[in-house]
Amino acid sequence: MTTTESRDNKSIPEALEECPAPVVVSAPLEIVDEVVPADQEEERLYVASQWQLMWWKFRRHKMALIGGVILIVLYLIAAFCEFVAPYNPEDYFIRYKMAPPSPVRIFDIEGTLHAPFVYQRNRTKDPETLRDIYTEDPSIRHPIHFFVKGSPYKFWGIWETDVHLFGLEADREDQSIMLVGADRMGRDLFSRLCYGARISLSIGLIGVFLSLALGVVLGGISGYYGGSIDVVIQRVIEFIRTIPNIPLWMALSAALPADWPVLKMYFGITIILSLITWTGMARVVRGRFLSLRQEDFVLAARLSGSSEMRIILRHMVPSFLSYIIANLTLAIPGTILGETGLSFIGLGLRAPAISWGVLLQEAQNVRSLALAPWVFAPAVAVVLTVFAFNFLGDGLRDAADPYAR
Amino acid sequence: MIMYILRRVGMMIPTLLVISVLSFVIIQLPPGDYLTSYAMGLRSQGDVIDDTEIEALRVRYGLGEPVYVQYWKWITGIILRGDWGQSMEWQRPVKEIIWDRMALTVFLSLISVLVSWFVAIPVGVFSAIRQYSIPDYIFSALSFIGAGLPGFMIALVVMWIAMRKFGMNVGGLFSQEYAGVPWSWAKFVDLLKHLWIPVIVIALGSTAGSIRTTRANVLDELNKPYVETARAKGLKERKLIWKYPVRVAMNPFFSTVGWTLANLISGQTLVAVVLSLQTTGPMMLRALTSQDMYLAGSFLLLLSTLTVIGTLVSDVLLAWVDPRILMEG
Amino acid sequence: MNNNRELLVEVKNLQTYFFLDEGTVRAVDGADFDIHRGETLGVVGESGCGKSVTARSILNIVPKPGKTVGGEILYHRKRGGVEQTIDLTQMKPQSDEMRNIRGAEIAMVFQEPMTSLSPVHTIGNQISEAISLHQGLDQAASRELAIEMLDLVGMPLPDRTVDEYAHQLSGGMRQRAMIAMALSCHPSLLIADEPTTALDVTTEAQILRLMRQLQDELGMAIMYITHNLGVIAQMTEYVVVMYMGKIVEQANVDTLFYDPQHPYTRALLQSIPRLGQKTARHGAGQRRLASIRGMVPDPYALPKGCPFHPRCSQMVAGQCDQMEPQMIEVAPGHKVRCLACAGV
Repeated sequence: MTTTESRDNKSIPEALEECPAPVVVSAPLEIVDEVVPADQEEERLYVASQWQLMWWKFRRHKMALIGGVILIVLYLIAAFCEFVAPYNPEDYFIRYKMAPPSPVRIFDIEGTLHAPFVYQRNRTKDPETLRDIYTEDPSIRHPIHFFVKGSPYKFWGIWETDVHLFGLEADREDQSIMLVGADRMGRDLFSRLCYGARISLSIGLIGVFLSLALGVVLGGISGYYGGSIDVVIQRVIEFIRTIPNIPLWMALSAALPADWPVLKMYFGITIILSLITWTGMARVVRGRFLSLRQEDFVLAARLSGSSEMRIILRHMVPSFLSYIIANLTLAIPGTILGETGLSFIGLGLRAPAISWGVLLQEAQNVRSLALAPWVFAPAVAVVLTVFAFNFLGDGLRDAADPYAR
Repeated sequence: MIMYILRRVGMMIPTLLVISVLSFVIIQLPPGDYLTSYAMGLRSQGDVIDDTEIEALRVRYGLGEPVYVQYWKWITGIILRGDWGQSMEWQRPVKEIIWDRMALTVFLSLISVLVSWFVAIPVGVFSAIRQYSIPDYIFSALSFIGAGLPGFMIALVVMWIAMRKFGMNVGGLFSQEYAGVPWSWAKFVDLLKHLWIPVIVIALGSTAGSIRTTRANVLDELNKPYVETARAKGLKERKLIWKYPVRVAMNPFFSTVGWTLANLISGQTLVAVVLSLQTTGPMMLRALTSQDMYLAGSFLLLLSTLTVIGTLVSDVLLAWVDPRILMEG
Repeated sequence: MNNNRELLVEVKNLQTYFFLDEGTVRAVDGADFDIHRGETLGVVGESGCGKSVTARSILNIVPKPGKTVGGEILYHRKRGGVEQTIDLTQMKPQSDEMRNIRGAEIAMVFQEPMTSLSPVHTIGNQISEAISLHQGLDQAASRELAIEMLDLVGMPLPDRTVDEYAHQLSGGMRQRAMIAMALSCHPSLLIADEPTTALDVTTEAQILRLMRQLQDELGMAIMYITHNLGVIAQMTEYVVVMYMGKIVEQANVDTLFYDPQHPYTRALLQSIPRLGQKTARHGAGQRRLASIRGMVPDPYALPKGCPFHPRCSQMVAGQCDQMEPQMIEVAPGHKVRCLACAGV
């Protein structure tokens, strides 16, 4: 600090020096560090592990919890679809072609409360338009039973049984309960939706895990070792990403022969979908590895003698695991949408395979869509799934981000 | 700066060559070729075509030669003569069919991007200024929904509504009479009339995303000191918001325009199929399923080229806006 | 306090509170001081004591959720031959009248010039903006004036730097640009909120010298906010010491340094490290760096009585922790807010 024309021509330190001696104080001027015992709540926060912290933060995010619950329900339906669906997907009812959804009631005409039931449904033809009209006969009630005997099926392809979650006891040819209506051939759409859930939801999971495996391995190698391996892998990723997603999926799917059996087709589509999404994962992983390599805590681990593998697993992976989890939940809906879109235009799975995309093919014809809007139900299912995953992903991301409030 | 651009363009060329090989390979993946599916199609209709006829056609179209020969012929044709090959299905040179479609695709995407910006930027800025107000919550919810819904579904819903409420079939970019006819002013007007539904459907997703990005970017800038300085100078609040924080927040936004455009071009493929638009989507779908290889390959190559150009434009804009990137090369 | 200079701004019992979810923070809780024309007033205190909020209250740019809820800021305006007294707290922040004063008659210079200048506009653009806004000149004339201002603040090659961006200039040059921007309309009062805190010592000295020189040339008053007592000693004529939103002592600078009364002021002065400490002076080891014990209290839970009493070495139990001290004048122009000093 230069001393310019300050007052009294004294330098500041000198002037201060001449300050009156401090007042004698009773207690010395010292810094006193008081140790305040933390209360219970703070104590818990202090010793909580990373996962516990994440879980607590996640719990506060209501929408994410709702999303999570919805997804659990959907995946349960997918896992137990043979049981949940009242009918087998190929069971068709000639009398119920394009039937609207059965209205489930609990109050009858007189207003008395009953267990859930449906009225007898009769089909007539409108004399002028020749369209089918479905009317209800309030005199006959069909109560809905749970754990009912219905069409036989093989549970997970292993056990033979014929118990369904719910259904009617009436003769199948006579009455049916169709929660979402019927399609062109009189098949119950709700049952087909359940079976479709199994394929659509599982493709999402499997496809993303495949791309996760590829992405983490290749991205990790690329980021950790750097050098020419990094350059090669990066070029490959670049090339794949240059060709736009959807056209590439279309082209690759067109390559699968149309006469492949369902299972082969399923895996073919899954692999195709994951062939593109892995690049996104690889880039994220590589980026994290690159920045983590230079972090001080890695250096510290190395200096304290940890082996490379231990460094990677114990120190680096946990810090980007949260990113990966959050990314996963946002990549899965992308894959589900990819399969749905491809099947919808006829390039993905085809009948007799049942996925939501295949079911949506019925909705391609706008006229039939106008007459029987319940054919749109698979789209609603997809949208519900996508939103549930988005909410869940948002919540996971917030919970995993250590810098968020 | 010029060096940077030249360098990027230089890297583009080998990339495009590799892409052309990849595209060709992918097209060739399905077993057989155009003639096999052509023959299958004929047979399923009851027509008969015997093997010698097929062989003769094969020789005529050069489909009997090894793959790499076919590729070489194709790529040299493109580079040297601008000849993109012959479309089997349409029996015309590819370049006659493809450019119309590509032009419409690019045009549609451009309009969609412009519309989405026109809506997203004011809404995003407003949401940022009035954070946590009721309109902000509504816009946030709407953006979330719009960003999550896939395009082809929105297209389906829109078509359904139009059919139910108005009894109209709203597919296509042109009315019947203008469909195959050469361009004229009247045709252009017809196009404009049909444009708004596809644009709404296509723009919806990117608008929703842009609103969220704009809001986040502006929020980041609103609390920075230079905004306070402007206020302390006595400027009007509205004027200073647009001149300072919004202007800074828009930098990353605009510089991603190339990438946004490329994304949009890819994403509208499915929507185009649903709405029966005369863009690349439906035609490429047919070309792929019937193995019309030069047509399909050209589509893939062109779309990839657009992506590469889009990325280049974005990178150049980013470098222009942030000089530090130039130093990293 | 200078009796022979006119009053420019009178702050009377200013109360600016921040209404947050967690509670109300009384950032400024009853501040009283005057600024005279051409005078340099120093405002000193720790972080969070309310000095910056006071400055922003004067300019009426207190950010939400803050609001001036009480008191008056009387501005004695003398412009274009017209004299009037305006209460700035009564004006709407966005009104034309307030905006005419802001930036033109009362201007502010901020702490960090790198972030306080727009990164995407040239400094010429930012200076001209103030000029054309308040003086109504066209673009060419504003630019000319901007170059003149840059020259006035000692910016090298002003006709070149006028077209440069903030990141292309050094720290000192940026601060000069900020000063040029603030002074471009010849304000009567310049509020400087820690303008040299972010600069190195040499540059700081240059800027301080510049400010004194400009003050002489333009005859404006400066309200200098800082936590650096050395700068206070060098720059100011009258000093106000703030703690937890209240003024605890105010005096002219000599009196403050030679005869500080409030325990807080004393502790502040004591905590300045002295160069060349004499270890042998008292024959007993080295002198420790003194600091004020304790911590600044939680603004949502102010202690009862005098807010400083938990840290005060002269605290009188039974009084200082029960009664809030009032401001008393212990000598002409020297006021203290302390029960112990009042000899109660």
